[in-house]
Amino acid sequence: MSKDMMRAFELYQPDSVENAVELLGRFGADGWAMAGGNDTLDWFKDRVKYAGSVVDLSGVEGLSGIRETADGVEIGAMTTLTEIEASPLIQERYSVLADSARRVASPQIRNTGTIGGNVAQDTRCWYYRYGVDCYRAGGNSCYADTPQGQNREHCLWGADRCIAVTPSDTAPALVVLDARMAIVNADGEREVPAEEFFIGPEIDIERMTVLEPGDLLTAIRIPNDWAGAQFYFEKVADRNTWDFPLVNIASAMFVEGGAVSRIRMAAGAVECVPRRLSVVEEIVTGSAPDEETAALAGQAAVRGATPFNYNHFKIPLLENLVKRAIRDS
Amino acid sequence: MAYTLLGKDFTPPDVRAKVTGSAKYTEDFRAEGMAFCKLLLSPAPHARVTNVDVSAVLEMEGVLGVLQASELRAPPPPVEPALTDEPLFVGQPILAVAAENETIASDALDAITYDLEPLPFTVDPLEALYPGGPSARQDGNAAVVNYGNTVVETRHWTAQDFAAAGDGQLPTGEPNMEWSYGDVDQALADAALVLDESFVTAGLAHHSMEPRTTMAYWENGKCHLHGSVQSQSFSMPILAGMLGMEQEDIVFVSEYCGGGFGSKAVPFPSMAIPVNLSRKIGRPVMMRLTRHEEYYLGLARTGMQGRIRLGFNADGRVTAADLFLIQENGPHAGFPNLTGAAAGVSAMYQPESMRFRGVGVFTNTPPRMAQRGPGYNEMSAAIEPLIDKAARELDLDRLAIRMINAPGEGATVGPQRTPLTSAFLPEALTMAAEQFNWEERKALSGQRNGSKVTGVGVGLAYHPAGNNGFDGLVRLTPEGKLHIHTGVGNLGTYSHSATSRVAAEVLKCDWADCIIERGDSRRHLPHNQGQFGSNTSFTMSRTNYVAAMDAVAKLKEIAAMDLGGSPGDYDIGGHRVFARDDESKFLTYPDAAARAIELGGKFSGEEAPEDINPTTQMAVAGLAGTGLIGVARDNIELNGQPAAHVAGCAQVELDVETGLVEVVDYAAAVDCGTVVHPMSLATQTKGGAVMGIGMARYERHIYDRQNGLPGNIGFHQAKPPSYLDVPAEMQTGAVDMPDPENPVGIKGMGEPVMGAGLAAVLNAISDAMGGHVFNRTPVTTDMIVNALAGQEQSHGPLDVNTA
Repeated sequence: MSKDMMRAFELYQPDSVENAVELLGRFGADGWAMAGGNDTLDWFKDRVKYAGSVVDLSGVEGLSGIRETADGVEIGAMTTLTEIEASPLIQERYSVLADSARRVASPQIRNTGTIGGNVAQDTRCWYYRYGVDCYRAGGNSCYADTPQGQNREHCLWGADRCIAVTPSDTAPALVVLDARMAIVNADGEREVPAEEFFIGPEIDIERMTVLEPGDLLTAIRIPNDWAGAQFYFEKVADRNTWDFPLVNIASAMFVEGGAVSRIRMAAGAVECVPRRLSVVEEIVTGSAPDEETAALAGQAAVRGATPFNYNHFKIPLLENLVKRAIRDS
Repeated sequence: MAYTLLGKDFTPPDVRAKVTGSAKYTEDFRAEGMAFCKLLLSPAPHARVTNVDVSAVLEMEGVLGVLQASELRAPPPPVEPALTDEPLFVGQPILAVAAENETIASDALDAITYDLEPLPFTVDPLEALYPGGPSARQDGNAAVVNYGNTVVETRHWTAQDFAAAGDGQLPTGEPNMEWSYGDVDQALADAALVLDESFVTAGLAHHSMEPRTTMAYWENGKCHLHGSVQSQSFSMPILAGMLGMEQEDIVFVSEYCGGGFGSKAVPFPSMAIPVNLSRKIGRPVMMRLTRHEEYYLGLARTGMQGRIRLGFNADGRVTAADLFLIQENGPHAGFPNLTGAAAGVSAMYQPESMRFRGVGVFTNTPPRMAQRGPGYNEMSAAIEPLIDKAARELDLDRLAIRMINAPGEGATVGPQRTPLTSAFLPEALTMAAEQFNWEERKALSGQRNGSKVTGVGVGLAYHPAGNNGFDGLVRLTPEGKLHIHTGVGNLGTYSHSATSRVAAEVLKCDWADCIIERGDSRRHLPHNQGQFGSNTSFTMSRTNYVAAMDAVAKLKEIAAMDLGGSPGDYDIGGHRVFARDDESKFLTYPDAAARAIELGGKFSGEEAPEDINPTTQMAVAGLAGTGLIGVARDNIELNGQPAAHVAGCAQVELDVETGLVEVVDYAAAVDCGTVVHPMSLATQTKGGAVMGIGMARYERHIYDRQNGLPGNIGFHQAKPPSYLDVPAEMQTGAVDMPDPENPVGIKGMGEPVMGAGLAAVLNAISDAMGGHVFNRTPVTTDMIVNALAGQEQSHGPLDVNTA
């Protein structure tokens, strides 16, 4: 039962990446990296999840800010969504990311919510958040995947015991931009492509990303490859603010001589990970981005979608969003 | 009639505190030695709680005590108890722990052990009515719902009843309440058009901004209680009954109430918890309810499954209305939305014949209470789209079909066909249509711009709007102030001040010299109607009128005594009572007040009228000797039912590819009698429309049927509309026609302003989609996407509590 009252925990406030990583390594599974706190404190207040040692990243030097690099842009993981949506650099080169950040939650949440927290947040399946003992919570059932389960927000692909979806608006944009996620732990730094950063239940049912205890996401690096492309981002949610996507779509496209020369497209909230729409990319490349191509792309995008009792609306919705991404970007 | 104060904007005295943050809501109060309490809530929808072991908890440092259900007075079933050993919904409080702080109290809850023996439960009224269906309560599955007197019964319909309904239509077995007038069957047989439609309006939360926090302490045998309740003095006898105390032993402070929308209309069961815990542990106890808890036990609007057969003649006149309603009543006493709904249909369309049948059904979902326009607004949602459908089938203009049925002169309501005191819906319709420019706008209907289609809609709503028989109390002091004692609560509409201005108007007092006494029972407040039912403006303008008239009469009596002549020779003005034929003969109000104190008796409140309520008797006794007391019961005749009507027009842009709907414009006109406070009227008209948009588009209970778990227990899950989901600008207006049964012409209007917005938006959505599609609220984005894609809806036509 939710109680809106946190249990006591030890709070650590490191001022450097080195210290943060040392703390996270030391505490392992009992440690918790906290960015803006919007996801963390919900879990804690509801007493559904708990960590004895919370590492508050807000004072860590070098984790915040948007920097131009030799081959693109590096965004510190603690950069707020507000900073990203307002950044002239991001708007100019990667407007799909600024647009997606602008559609996250509400202005208040974007002021405290970070890009790192947005991509690392847990799924919003209401059963799981409620605190039931489902697969993802270490139990042995899925409450959403029952004949009467209320699964309106759940997946069309990738069901594997758990049918929850990625709730992030920025994640599909980062996949489209082929962003690299910089992860530091006691062994040093590694870079993981955004597409591989997010993981489904078939890999680990209790995690949404590759981040493991001891890991710290420090930065997101966006290469120049897609800078200045024709971008498209759209999120369909019940409300125009403070809502998670029913479906969202991000795409980046270059058109040469009237035909699509390169394209990447990804959809959120239809699978546990941002769904890269490779089949759409294949079909569209070489064609004019017109109504006919858009229609074909939409049809291709939803092939194989397997809805549950309350979410088959996502199929025409995704089809239409893919169409719009081709037609209107 | 020209008034000095009425109809003019003013700054209510509590605005500054609200804007600056200095207003003290319950949670802001502190008392010496105050402890906190937290509630152990039921994780199960229906269970028996046994083997509760709190021994470990009582040993914990900082834990001060535990309160269990057996220690409280149990109200007669099906009234909701404050604590229970047989929870009937997820989130019902089982016991409470008091501790030095909330963290300790929460840790203590985790240390309590108990067993739960599951009992049958249901979140589906039709299942409960089916032969052998689950019963939400052990003593019955169905309810004859009456406010304050709901009766539990066992009622199952036959399998034949269900089979006879036909696909997607509501079964109509034996009801447990019904009324009728005229020959409905004959009228339907003779009708040019008959619509027979089943519908669902979803139950939904009130989500008041301020959760129902309560703080209590005991001092010299009196219980001091801070609470977030909409009504002030109306709460006193209810609190006394609920707590088993004498009213004079209760001090009740509720100066501010951060939203109630009906859910805090009267004191609620959980208020008893800190009162009793405080008495038990001998310390003040603060019980802050959290947002989650507010969704669990903060009450909710009932859900409706309904069926209506409407008969029309070729002109569009409603000749017959045959309404059947199943009310999802939650597990406790609930609120009779269904009887309001029936009255609403009779008032809104003035059908020539009508039959109402209904049944209340218990479900293991949150307890229900009135929510803004209870039942009435559900009918705006359910029936208004059918009026549009009839207009299309009869080839009539949507405005015209409403005009032909709209209540005007001679309008009645309900089975007794009680006359409405006034009804100016045709005027309101005309005004709303003019503001909205309906004639031109309707040409936009169906216009396509890219993927967006324009839709326009008009919607109506009705609500009763006043009562009588309550008391007024004013006091003129030797300091020259008019103290207006009002028992009106502070639910956010400023009606405490707006109605007080009637007393100032009658006494011709400068507003700057008026002091409103309210919000604390120690301020000697009269028996006033509660702040619900759109009735404050009508009812307490009358009480303030009679109290002020009593003060005027006493002023004249004193003047006649001191200055000669008879009271009839005197008039008032400029804070003086003066001889009409010689204005040099006068007493100032301060002088008259001083004389009243000298004279004593009725003049200074040493004596009070016998017909006033005990609450007012106490208030007058408390004020005796402090000034000239004006006090009276509202014995002015009341012929008929005061009634408020609203017409609204909306324009939407519906995206056929995403199902998203943008409400781009809204205009509404209100029939609320004389306008007393224009700014508040406009604010409420807009705010009501916002709430209507929420009910039209987003808000509904979702329950997991297998486990009885609630799916929306937070703001972001329950989805009240945001700023970005409503038009940036809305137009409002009032027909401003005085009601003949109110001395200053005022009627209420707080509730139908929601229904009109709700119906107008639903109808605009249908218009954009080319005609009537949904017999359901809310119309969510997924429903629109499914409909446009030609897909079946995920939910069955009569399903409730589903996405």
